[in-house]
Amino acid sequence: MDTKPDSSSDNNHYWHPIASSTDLTPRHVFHGQLLGRELAVWRADDGNVNVWENRCLHRGVRLSIGVNDGRELVCQYHGWRYANRTAGCTYIPAHPADSPARTICNNRYPVTEQYGLIWSAESALPATHNSASVPDIDPGFLNGSITAPVADGDLNTATIRALNTEREIDAGRLLVLRPIPVNATIDIVSTVLQSYGYIHPLSNTPVHCAVEARDTYRHTTQVTPLTANDCIASNANPPAELIQLHFIIQPVDSARSVIRGFMSGSSTIEHPTTWLQLHNAALSQLRIVAEQQMQAIIPPAAWEVSITPVSESLAKMPGISNAAATTQRVVVRAITDTAKDIKSVEMAAITGDLATWQPGSHIDVLLANGLTRQYSLTNGPGQTDHYNIGVKLEAESSGGSSFIHHSLKPGDVLTVSPPRNNFSLRRDAVKTLLIAGGIGITPLLSMAKALFHSDLPFELHYFVADNSHVAFKSCLDEFGKAANIVTGLDPTETNSRLQQLLAHYENAHHVYLCGPGPMLDSAKAIAEAHSWPDESVHFEYFKNATEVSQDKPFSVALARTGITLQVPAGETLLSVLRNNAVALPSSCEQGACGTCIVDVIDGTPLHQDVYLSNAEKKRGNCMMTCVSRALSDSLTLDI
Amino acid sequence: MLRVQIASTMAMTETTCKDPVIHNHWHAIAAIEDTGSHVHHTRLLGEDLTYQASTARDTSDSTGDHEFAVSRTAAPDKLLPVHCAYGYIWTCLGTPAQPLFTLPEYAESDRNNVCACSVGVRVSAPRAVENFLDMGHFPYVHTGILGEQPHTEVREYDVEITEDSNEVIATRCRFYQPQAAAGANEGMLVEYVYRVPHPYCSILYKSCPDDESRMDVIALFVQPVDEINIRAHALVSVIDATSAPLAIRMFQQTIFGQDKPILENQLPKKLPLDPRAETPIRADKSAVFYRRWLSRQGISYGVIPAAA
Repeated sequence: MDTKPDSSSDNNHYWHPIASSTDLTPRHVFHGQLLGRELAVWRADDGNVNVWENRCLHRGVRLSIGVNDGRELVCQYHGWRYANRTAGCTYIPAHPADSPARTICNNRYPVTEQYGLIWSAESALPATHNSASVPDIDPGFLNGSITAPVADGDLNTATIRALNTEREIDAGRLLVLRPIPVNATIDIVSTVLQSYGYIHPLSNTPVHCAVEARDTYRHTTQVTPLTANDCIASNANPPAELIQLHFIIQPVDSARSVIRGFMSGSSTIEHPTTWLQLHNAALSQLRIVAEQQMQAIIPPAAWEVSITPVSESLAKMPGISNAAATTQRVVVRAITDTAKDIKSVEMAAITGDLATWQPGSHIDVLLANGLTRQYSLTNGPGQTDHYNIGVKLEAESSGGSSFIHHSLKPGDVLTVSPPRNNFSLRRDAVKTLLIAGGIGITPLLSMAKALFHSDLPFELHYFVADNSHVAFKSCLDEFGKAANIVTGLDPTETNSRLQQLLAHYENAHHVYLCGPGPMLDSAKAIAEAHSWPDESVHFEYFKNATEVSQDKPFSVALARTGITLQVPAGETLLSVLRNNAVALPSSCEQGACGTCIVDVIDGTPLHQDVYLSNAEKKRGNCMMTCVSRALSDSLTLDI
Repeated sequence: MLRVQIASTMAMTETTCKDPVIHNHWHAIAAIEDTGSHVHHTRLLGEDLTYQASTARDTSDSTGDHEFAVSRTAAPDKLLPVHCAYGYIWTCLGTPAQPLFTLPEYAESDRNNVCACSVGVRVSAPRAVENFLDMGHFPYVHTGILGEQPHTEVREYDVEITEDSNEVIATRCRFYQPQAAAGANEGMLVEYVYRVPHPYCSILYKSCPDDESRMDVIALFVQPVDEINIRAHALVSVIDATSAPLAIRMFQQTIFGQDKPILENQLPKKLPLDPRAETPIRADKSAVFYRRWLSRQGISYGVIPAAA
């Protein structure tokens, strides 16, 4: 078979085995190959099996020599991290301050785990494909002898299948044969398999099997149980069932195949080791025959595999790309009370996989009552099958938190934005200090989980009114001494504690702050007083508490569009732009999230946001259109 | 079965170089000091070569360019051009289109010039050059020597292509190094300058611990055995009166030994010049310039040219 079997037909979702389940030992990356394409196959600690192109998107280094840390796969060459399940890049160490562009995502292939084997197919999954909702392998294949039950709507069917397979194996109803690699074409292997037979271990006589080929790849036969106990029919016992023997040929490349197989069908398969040995011996004989037949033919050229080009935007050396273009629909999976007035909300995708996030990311949640609210994700690394947020019931809630607290229930459907990250976690710190006030714990929790999992040194200081306000207590307990809960301090005491924590700055130390405005303001002032450089102090406000003035009108010239607009008192620059059909992404619209940033070419902006650092504000070459205005009479913007 | 695999590999690899630029360039094939008067064998651009120190030396020739005889194994009587420079024997399978690039530091009398190693690597020459230009891998591949976690940041640096000499030059490259110099107790930012004066050669200048006004030099001369196999030759030229050549060799061989398994696991082995084949980041600026520079010269050997 010189031409690639599946490329000429539309049948490229044909399932082929690529590994035994037992090949995917914990924290290992298995090097597989299917139809000429190399695959990196790895199981995360949560049981999910990932089948990816065996190539880091950055410089093409095989991911099979990378590190499976249980949650993410780390490339050996430059330490790029790719998330379990989504294959999205979560961290690029060469640029520790930036969040990787969301479009940096490895090619994934479909996967299912059945009959003690890992199965995949030729065509790459679209980015939105749900890796868990793959169709069943040809249901007629086993004459219904074993079918893995698939719970309806369950989001982790791959794991369930794995567990069922294990149960079958443990119960002795399924025996996975040792794979036999053969340097021969599929056609030759398929032909020689027709003459399959083995030496019976008790009688020492050859047993020929009548092998039925379902197609080129799949072959079935039946064998009798080995011992007298298994097969002698008596009046008291019904005749023992025959054992089904299944062979599947894995097309590795044009002249390389692997014979995989399993036995099933009897209520139990006795003497598994004996069976393994005799099949191993018999298949090894077939290998010699097949490879001799290969000598007689001209070996076919290796199958060519195409490498999917990366998106155009990535080819141009991306900077920080955070623009949210699309939304995704999620279903609320669980709502739990995690502290007084704080609910933890877990959301899962309805179709497709959720977009990749990094520690510090937040999502916009569009609530059924028409409001949009931003919430930080609290997920740990590799937890890619759901988003988790913490929501505090605000006393003066205008409907966001009170809706979530009082109306939202499991099973409800929400629309959320893909995660955006304005609070990126650097992982090149000698030490990381995380300081949270109240509900400000949420982004810092995700950061702490990532640092903890990678064994990076950190301290988490969590300021709360009293113990009843401590959210996500069980997560915090995992961090041991690294987490420190500070309760019951008044503002003066809080200040003096912050003084202690921030008293000594050392090179490559970083502090991340999230909490109420006054606490953040004093922490920033203290850090500055103790010589913490601007770039080592990272913060995220819940909201912009600055009194925003909209008094003064000004004019704005748009350099690229070539128009000049008037911004009257009482109206924001963003809304004037919108009304004149200048599309600009925005999110919080209160100067906190950084989405609506534009470059300023001329004029002096009046900064009223909390997003830009003081140094950036002083430079005056960019501004937030949602709240900031002009000190000069006019501004020229690069849009 | 081995026979079958070799046969199919051979079929995929072109045996001779059809790239006129590479064909008419000088290429290093061996260290002078490793070459005796008996016959040596090597391969260049898919062709078998033999070379040896000439038995009848022309002592009147002060350049020393004729001390070695190099020829195709298939045509032993037809001598190829030979040039001895920077400790290595260079030859050309076609007609040298231009003189070999200059490396004036080599001639400075107080330098310790060491031919540090010649390492075979199953990768294309441009992939090896790109790896040489790359700082981001130091903490991961040369852990504890050229870099160390968590200090992984590649700071902004400048790259340009010089008008006069048509070289890629990267300047203001700074990277945290755990032990920048012998005897240094703590890490520091080390400054580098990179030159790419030849499609398959690169030179690194690194601040010299003994003399602030001068730079140590490490040069990589890649011998393209064929499109996807190389020998990486290293010249180390340092102002260091104390380090013995053996210590310098051991150091350089450790570094190349750490790079080898990474390079041999790059897919595809040839360097793709299509900007969309791989994902560059700002830290890869020098590689982006290098790829464009190869494209502009029309290089096709050892690369996958971008579709027109």
